Amino acid sequence: MDDLLQEFIAETRETLEALSGEIIAWEAAPDDRERLDAIFRFVHTVKGSCGFLDLPRLARLSHAAEDVLDAVRSGTRLPDTRLVNAVLAIVDRIGVIVEAIDAGAALDDSGEDQLIAALDEGAVVIAQAPVQVPLRNPTRSVRLNVDLLDRMMSGMSDMVLARNELARRLRDEGADPSVEAALERLSLTVAEMRDTVTRTRMQKIDALFSALPRMVRDTGAELGKTVMLHMEGSDVELDREMIEMMRDPLVHIVRNSIDHGIESPSERRALGKRENGRLSVAARQSGNQIIIEISDDGRGIDTERLIAAMVAQGSRSENELRALSDKAKLELIFEAGVSTKDSVTAISGRGVGMDVVRANVEQIGGRIELSNTPGKGLRIAIHVPLTLSIIATIGVGVGGQRFAISRQVIEEIVRVGGDAIRIDMLGDTPMATVRDRRMPLVDLGATLGFEREDEPRMLVIVGVPGGSYALAVPSVLDHEELVIKPAAPAVMVTGVYAGQTLPDSGLPMLLLDCAGIAARAGLLFGREIAIDDAVVEAEAPRVSALLFDDLDGVRRLVPLAIIDRIEPVAVEAIKFSAGRLRLSTENGIIPLVVQGEWTGRQTLSVLRLRDGAAEIGYAIAEALDIVTLPDQIAPSREVGPIAGVVSLEGEQVELLDLYWLFAMHGATRSDEKPPVCLIEGADTAWMKTFLKPVLEGAGYRVATKLKADETAAVILTMNSDTVAAKSGGAPVVRLRHDATASDAREATVYRYDRDGLLAALAVSAGSR
Amino acid sequence: MPQLFLIAHVAGRAVAIESGQVESVVDIGVVVPVPGADRQVRGLAALRSRVVTVIDTRAALGLPAAETRATRAIITHVEGHHYAIMVDSLEDVAPFDLLPLSPGIALDAGWRATGCGLVERDGEPILTIDLRALVPGLTAMAA
Repeated sequence: MDDLLQEFIAETRETLEALSGEIIAWEAAPDDRERLDAIFRFVHTVKGSCGFLDLPRLARLSHAAEDVLDAVRSGTRLPDTRLVNAVLAIVDRIGVIVEAIDAGAALDDSGEDQLIAALDEGAVVIAQAPVQVPLRNPTRSVRLNVDLLDRMMSGMSDMVLARNELARRLRDEGADPSVEAALERLSLTVAEMRDTVTRTRMQKIDALFSALPRMVRDTGAELGKTVMLHMEGSDVELDREMIEMMRDPLVHIVRNSIDHGIESPSERRALGKRENGRLSVAARQSGNQIIIEISDDGRGIDTERLIAAMVAQGSRSENELRALSDKAKLELIFEAGVSTKDSVTAISGRGVGMDVVRANVEQIGGRIELSNTPGKGLRIAIHVPLTLSIIATIGVGVGGQRFAISRQVIEEIVRVGGDAIRIDMLGDTPMATVRDRRMPLVDLGATLGFEREDEPRMLVIVGVPGGSYALAVPSVLDHEELVIKPAAPAVMVTGVYAGQTLPDSGLPMLLLDCAGIAARAGLLFGREIAIDDAVVEAEAPRVSALLFDDLDGVRRLVPLAIIDRIEPVAVEAIKFSAGRLRLSTENGIIPLVVQGEWTGRQTLSVLRLRDGAAEIGYAIAEALDIVTLPDQIAPSREVGPIAGVVSLEGEQVELLDLYWLFAMHGATRSDEKPPVCLIEGADTAWMKTFLKPVLEGAGYRVATKLKADETAAVILTMNSDTVAAKSGGAPVVRLRHDATASDAREATVYRYDRDGLLAALAVSAGSR
Repeated sequence: MPQLFLIAHVAGRAVAIESGQVESVVDIGVVVPVPGADRQVRGLAALRSRVVTVIDTRAALGLPAAETRATRAIITHVEGHHYAIMVDSLEDVAPFDLLPLSPGIALDAGWRATGCGLVERDGEPILTIDLRALVPGLTAMAA
């Protein structure tokens, strides 16, 4: 029984961790069926397990949540913020109870009734997530202790060394082939084992990132800020231990960004920024490091206030602080006990400052870099060395010694003396030309201070931030996958090594830091400082679109942003009434657009489309996928429900014309008066007959005479007419008879140019 | 209260090292040099599956290099890294009382940083040294 319970606890914990991101995503897109299903499965599993493990409280909670989610799944309830919050509170409580069971601690069950009550439709009780943070039981039953992995790892290396020695002795004494074959097999197994054991320590950085969406949401909610989180590179692998060490600093920086960096929505509005703050967390491997970048678009660091705060504290004198370089001023945030916040909030005023963050990062051999753009944002880059990361390396020999170079920085390796390779001296500076590409040449032996033995025969072209250079080495040895550890400070201080390793030879080997060698050799590369790149990336999202099968069997696309939700409807809810197809919904009747046959079906899926004011339904057979909308659109030959066709993986897919759909079908809401389009001049009859339906379809009220309390949003007239003075200064759109403009001085629209006309009207009406 | 001290010989002198700083005592095999590093760093050596940084104690004390290279070393663990501190020879581990340096004694240049007291063995005073002071490049010196 105990085993079952342990398994249940471990499983629930892992699912909870994986789930926290799902829940947030679900909240953002309540129609996301997959997310909903994932959460449903979780509570369902918990409920099922509780039954036979005899955990009545968990059973009650999960049962209640399951009921509600089931209702959402069947479409009888709509997931609103309140419901999401209530479900979140239950999920939280399940986590707390599970931790309490594991710790064997008692937990009072007060408030659980409230949590369940909050799920009810129309409940006014706001479910409060439990305030106390559950204490985690430090030992994880299903996970291996890192110590154990370490011991495995070191045992493994010993085994490799022993194998090597055995091989050497056998070679020296000339063993018979059968023994050699056995040794060969042993070698293979050992190599494979070593690989496996090493990889057991690696973990995707996702383990660190998956908790962020929830945290960002909660922190933002606490402070009344909305923050959009953008994450990247969650599949970068890092040593498990490093992930644990990075957890606190990352959490702290993210919370700091939301609290200190990102302004309140009203402040942001006033500054002309988007109301939603943007936070981007990205991980990538770069050369010999893993870089985790946290950038926000908040107010950045105000060094003046920082200095003022420190002066007020009396820790440093103002003169001393003012004399610091800009960089040093920024780094004052790492000093103990500094806060520029006037008021201490629950989020950041906890006595743990950036000094602790930096100490934590430095403890694992990392460093923190800040790029500050006052008023625009702050980017914090945490550089972590490749501690225990496995990297592919190339061994090079120089001065009778071997060094490793990370494969990642190597662009190519060429032999000196080949046709396309030249080495020339510019003054006393050597330069390499590799296939018309000129680059600085650095002699590795000379840089490391070895005596010149013979001419370097190989050039290793390496890329470093800012450019590339050729590293001349006497010999390139082999390729090896190595576990790199940071070297002692006395070694690192040389600036040319990135770490040390113990390869199969049993002799320690140093990993070269190619950027450091370039610096040591005095190479000058213009270092680009791209402050905004991460932010820009986040700000230019590509347009997503929903791919679906329409009722007439054609595959079509519709931009995702316009879809309010997708829902199944019963055929009975659709009726042809008052001249058009309409769909009964929970809040009344909306126009329904159908292309194809729908009467024979039992149920339909309906896209609820919303342009901000009007809402229409669009019946489809099946939603297929969310895709990125290609930039190239071949426009449709005629105006209609199809805007054009795009190529999606070689397939021609039609794109719905939202403009047309809303123009034709969008029911204007009654509480909003349609803009008035005043027709004036000689051709009123033509305009009334021909243009009125078009204009009304586009949402204008067409009038030839204004009512007393009305003002015209736009005036439509023929080219030749003069506009009467009574127009009240409304913008005028002029039409002309000829397809080509005869008089270029005046902006006119050809009267049968439907799109041009509507566009001109919309621009004019909108400008008022 | 007496503490355990390891008595070793460094640069011809007897020194006492507090046993808490000593992880193990080994014979160092092949040392791979670290080009570009300070003179105190003799290089790297493999110790079982670990890489240790080998410290040339004479260089760390600011003394001229010895004629014969010692191979015995004390392994100590400082700030997450293992170091092998080369010694001429090792004697014994025994409990001693740590005494302060007698007033007025000014140690010579290299020894001043590392000497932290003395112990008395059968009437012979032996300088106790702090191995951490021999390790170059540390971020902060723990008092």
